Amino acid sequence: MSATGIGASVRRKEDFRFITGKGQYTDDVNRYGQAHAAFLRSPHAHADILRIDTAAALAMPGVVAIFTGDDLAADKIGGLICGWMIHSKDGEPMKAGSHPALAQGKVRYVGDHVAVVIADTLDQARDALEKINVEYAVLPANVATANATQPGAPVVHEVAPDNAVYRWAIGDEGATQAAFAKAAHVTKIDLVNNRLIPNPMEPRAAVGDYDSGNDAFTLYTTSQNPHVARLVLSAFIGIAPEHKLRVIAPDVGGGFGSKIFIYAEETVCVWAAKKVGRPVKWTSDRTEAFLSDAHGRDHVTHAEMALDAAGRILGLRVHTTANLGAYLSTFSSAVPTYLYAPLLSGQYAIPAIYCEVDGVYTNTAPVDAYRGAGRPEATFVIERLMEIAARETGQDPAAFRSKNFVTSFPHQTPVIMCYDAGDYPASLAKALDMADYANVPARKAESARKGLLRGVGISAYIEACGIAPSAAVGSLGAGVGLWESAEVRVNPVGTVEILTGSHSHGQGHETTFAQLVSERLGISIDNVSIIHGDTDKVQMGMGTYGSRSGAVGMSALSKALDKIETKAKKVAGFVLEASAEDIDFKDGKFSVRGTDKEIDFASVALQAYIAHKFNGQDLEPGLKESAFWDPTNFTFPAGVHICELEIDPATGVTRIDRWTAVDDFGVVINPMIVEGQVHGGIAQGVGQALHEGAVYDASGQLVTASYMDYSMPRASDLPAYQVGMTQTRCPSNPLGIKGCGEAGAIAAPPAVMNAITDAIGHEDIAMPATPLAVWRAIQKGAQRAAAE
Amino acid sequence: MYPFTYHRPDSLGSAAALAGSADAKILAGGMTLLPTMKQRLAAPTSLVDLNSLSDLAGISVAGGKVTIGAMTRHADVAASEEVRKAIPALADLAGWIGDPMVRHRGTIGGSVANNDPAADYPAACLALGATIVTNMREIAADDFFTGLFDTALEEGEILTGIVFPIPAKAAYQKFRNPASRYAIVGVFVAQSAAGVRVTVTGAGENGVFRVASFEEALAKDFSAKAIEGIVVPAEGLNSDIHADAVYRANLINVMARRAVEAAR
Amino acid sequence: MATVSMTVNGKLVSRDIDPRTLLAQFLREELRLTGTHVGCDTTQCGCCTVHVDGKAMKSCTLLALGVDGSHITTIEGLAHGQELHPMQAAFRDHHGLQCGFCTPGMIMTAVDMVNRKGTNLDDQTIREELEGNICRCTGYHNIVKAVHYGAEAMAGTTKAAAE
Ligand SMILES: Cc1cc2nc3c(=O)[nH]c(=O)nc-3n(C[C@H](O)[C@H](O)[C@H](O)COP(=O)(O)OP(=O)(O)OC[C@H]3O[C@@H](n4cnc5c(N)ncnc54)[C@H](O)[C@@H]3O)c2cc1C
Ligand code: FES
Ligand code: FES
Repeated sequence: MSATGIGASVRRKEDFRFITGKGQYTDDVNRYGQAHAAFLRSPHAHADILRIDTAAALAMPGVVAIFTGDDLAADKIGGLICGWMIHSKDGEPMKAGSHPALAQGKVRYVGDHVAVVIADTLDQARDALEKINVEYAVLPANVATANATQPGAPVVHEVAPDNAVYRWAIGDEGATQAAFAKAAHVTKIDLVNNRLIPNPMEPRAAVGDYDSGNDAFTLYTTSQNPHVARLVLSAFIGIAPEHKLRVIAPDVGGGFGSKIFIYAEETVCVWAAKKVGRPVKWTSDRTEAFLSDAHGRDHVTHAEMALDAAGRILGLRVHTTANLGAYLSTFSSAVPTYLYAPLLSGQYAIPAIYCEVDGVYTNTAPVDAYRGAGRPEATFVIERLMEIAARETGQDPAAFRSKNFVTSFPHQTPVIMCYDAGDYPASLAKALDMADYANVPARKAESARKGLLRGVGISAYIEACGIAPSAAVGSLGAGVGLWESAEVRVNPVGTVEILTGSHSHGQGHETTFAQLVSERLGISIDNVSIIHGDTDKVQMGMGTYGSRSGAVGMSALSKALDKIETKAKKVAGFVLEASAEDIDFKDGKFSVRGTDKEIDFASVALQAYIAHKFNGQDLEPGLKESAFWDPTNFTFPAGVHICELEIDPATGVTRIDRWTAVDDFGVVINPMIVEGQVHGGIAQGVGQALHEGAVYDASGQLVTASYMDYSMPRASDLPAYQVGMTQTRCPSNPLGIKGCGEAGAIAAPPAVMNAITDAIGHEDIAMPATPLAVWRAIQKGAQRAAAE
Repeated sequence: MYPFTYHRPDSLGSAAALAGSADAKILAGGMTLLPTMKQRLAAPTSLVDLNSLSDLAGISVAGGKVTIGAMTRHADVAASEEVRKAIPALADLAGWIGDPMVRHRGTIGGSVANNDPAADYPAACLALGATIVTNMREIAADDFFTGLFDTALEEGEILTGIVFPIPAKAAYQKFRNPASRYAIVGVFVAQSAAGVRVTVTGAGENGVFRVASFEEALAKDFSAKAIEGIVVPAEGLNSDIHADAVYRANLINVMARRAVEAAR
Repeated sequence: MATVSMTVNGKLVSRDIDPRTLLAQFLREELRLTGTHVGCDTTQCGCCTVHVDGKAMKSCTLLALGVDGSHITTIEGLAHGQELHPMQAAFRDHHGLQCGFCTPGMIMTAVDMVNRKGTNLDDQTIREELEGNICRCTGYHNIVKAVHYGAEAMAGTTKAAAE
């Protein structure tokens, strides 16, 4: 390992600009002559638009233009799309209602886009917004997930008269029934996976620009995947052909899924730039972010687990209603289906699984992928079931898990996934040790002496990352392949530029990708620069989500580096007058095997470009290679998190005392960065479990539309984390990487809830376990105990 | 924000004259007013910024009283050795308002004049029997807080300072809203020659209020035990997604007991 | 329009502005000091934190006119060229940032914290003092660590310096 190669906790190269205030986020981009956009949003959850009168608004000072859905339609601008086709169990394709960027005739959630005002200044645009007169005929709203498909529920889209987008299923129903028929014990639970609002600290933003001289558009936008944005804006929405549309995602201040999707605002800004002949800028305020960023999770689930008399799992059956909101967002259909149910087997050998998922429309903001996307929901189901089953059958939760672990690989689950490598007992053992699990009873007694309730909760999670093998996702309905690309440009002086389709919005790619190059080419990371986030520079890419940048993006880079090495060996052979086959490459030096003839990497690069004598050789000048990598399998990071907490029964306040995380991410490029990803994930998972929850009232108004009501975890709400690692290589990619971006968010919620229910002595509490919820649950427990 | 004209007078007299005009608003720390204006929920046509009136800022302790000027920042009250010696509960309370940046700018005058039902200072004013001083008169705290965001201040009247009698013992206990960090329930307990006062902020439909049952019990026996069994009725308490009335009633009892135990 | 003058990062600046201009807007749009970020509408996230006459404040909730005549320090004014302020260096050394959006505000708050509370900060104090700064990426663990070591470095008492 070199000092800056694989496995080194190298300080991040990108940090200098961030800590000195020189980052360039989309809102920091200003184009000469730009105008500002403000969106008129629906105040109603569900209403027919009878009339929009913009006359008074148009007369306001500074107003450049006002557009409505009719203007987009007149320009043949298509609606926003959902890129993953799901078929119901009866074979019917999912029912996708139309999703115009600006509403046409109807609004379907509070915050839905009705019109846009473009003005010289933002204040002027906002002043004019208030003068637009919209006449609505308010309709009853369909809000609650569990009731969305009930007869008589208000219909969100005509195409889905019962509000069901799909009724999907996976697994073998008959085999599962048979498993339950012979069960010695059945554990049942009803769970709500609470609705979350992603809240990256940087709000979404867009600057659309149009160059009339070249009839070409540029869009600066807060995107995790600028190439996908360009593809959708061009091929489906019809802004411009791809070669006339450049999408730039500069520094992006966090995404967590919410910046994968293609939204109305950037569509309108880039389209309007041509209409008004000026650059058009929009930056979301936080309230708009709450209303219109795609939300996450929102499942209502009933699940049952069948056990034999020896405490082995025989089968699992699950029914989930998943709220998809008012429109199908870009990847929304896949999240509660293929990103969810295939993970229900957890780390366990379960012979039979059957899961049904009803995706439903409601008059709420669209719901799509949020950190973990489907996998936290699955982990919550299986890990709550495991804990409760252990309690019901009088087994230690750790021992019960051990008994059911998958221990031989490859392991084919009954729900698509084939686990390729892992050592689940190793992670559990290490976590129990780090958490001092043996002394939990003593600590519980100590807490009890202080009048506090102590609980401990385990969560053994698995996720499918490295998204994703194109053939596999294609067969499941994905509209695109999920490979990644990389290009390596070696300059004549031996410095290297890497162009990648992955996109960093906090993950530190400028450092980790450079570490791989440093390792492979034996050059300093200071001589490597990573270029990403610009469709004019990087040929093509699928972006960053699903913990895919390491496993897929770096595999593409590795493949391109293989080609560089091959070509460089040819050049070195030519220069050293040896055959390429006889050239070894090590520590940045090419040498002729069995001789002392050698040449360093930079000199080879220079020779590749000088190329004076290449003529007549089988050798092209230059040193530049590119590669696409398409994985052959998902990757399967897994691990064990243990949460230990104390509850004050007088107030219901929960304080996390210890957090232990042991994760197997395969090969780790930069442990410092990986631990940071774990920390951040845990914080979001704890946020889901204890703090966060989007609340709509019965009329569809979002009650939690600012930080005054949506509780974001602060430093004082969270503990220090103890993070450990185990390692099994991932066999399906050249680097052995599994991915780490989502683990914490997946593992944490059940760990917290298992600990809380351990502390309060019953299972009847939902997330978020706020002080109010915990206090109520304690009262309920006391009442129940009194009644017994 | 809507447009406004901005004034920064350098005398109380001119401030009063400017504040007297229709649709004028006094600007102190702006930690409440500016967010409201940014969200277009307030539309004053002129702002009268008191930040140049240095006479309005300052703390003095004399004659059994702590006097704090209206423009004194929360951070300065929290950090004041004099306040901490005289009424430690008041310094604690100031130190628990918002966050360090809010405390650097927000003022006691702004907080009291605003009378947010979840604000902390009103609980202290009422429990300690403070006197609110304005450019026109002195008003007893008992008569000052008249309802949600409502006070005895007349249009354009400027709060200049607050006088707190020093109690024998006092403490403030705050249960923070997990999202906004304002008080879901804040209980101020003060024991003085005049008796015991227990005030509650954050919970009442009409803002800060006193709890007579606790006061009576504590007057006889100033101990947490004395109020342990006294149930505060949930009727008339706020309910929201963070705390329903029953939970708030429970918290009032818990926080009051903790305040009694902490009182010094 | 009204005229405002202030000293920003040591330079006297003067502009004619709409009275509604917030300090954050003034810095970002008039002075193009875009290191000061805006992350909320309710004065809670702290991304916009700057120092006004040496004290940390939220520039999204100050009128530019309200700080007329003041000395403002922004994140851009902390380093001397390539030489980082010890708190900036600590954030890098301890991986106290991921996306970097909250970072300028975190660093400005941290420096203010040290100014008020000294250079020997325990974790609980640091966590409480970060009440007005929200980070969505880091889970705070490494921010707390960075502030701790940054504070020590500000005193010049880090091990490295002592050795
Ligand atoms: C993030 C955040 C968290 C907060 N947390 C808390 C908390 O936990 N507890 C709490 O109590 N408060 C909290 N606050 C509010 C804070 O304490 C404010 O400082 C205070 O409420 C208002 O004081 P101000 O000086 O900022 O007043 P301003 O916002 O300037 O004014 C508020 C109102 O009072 C009027 N006013 C101001 N001064 C005078 C005067 N001298 N005479 C007459 N009228 C006047 C104004 O016209 C305006 O209507 C928080 C604020 C924020 C932004
Ligand atoms: S932008 Fe100032 S506190 Fe959020
Ligand atoms: S580093 Fe991204 S919000 Fe803090």
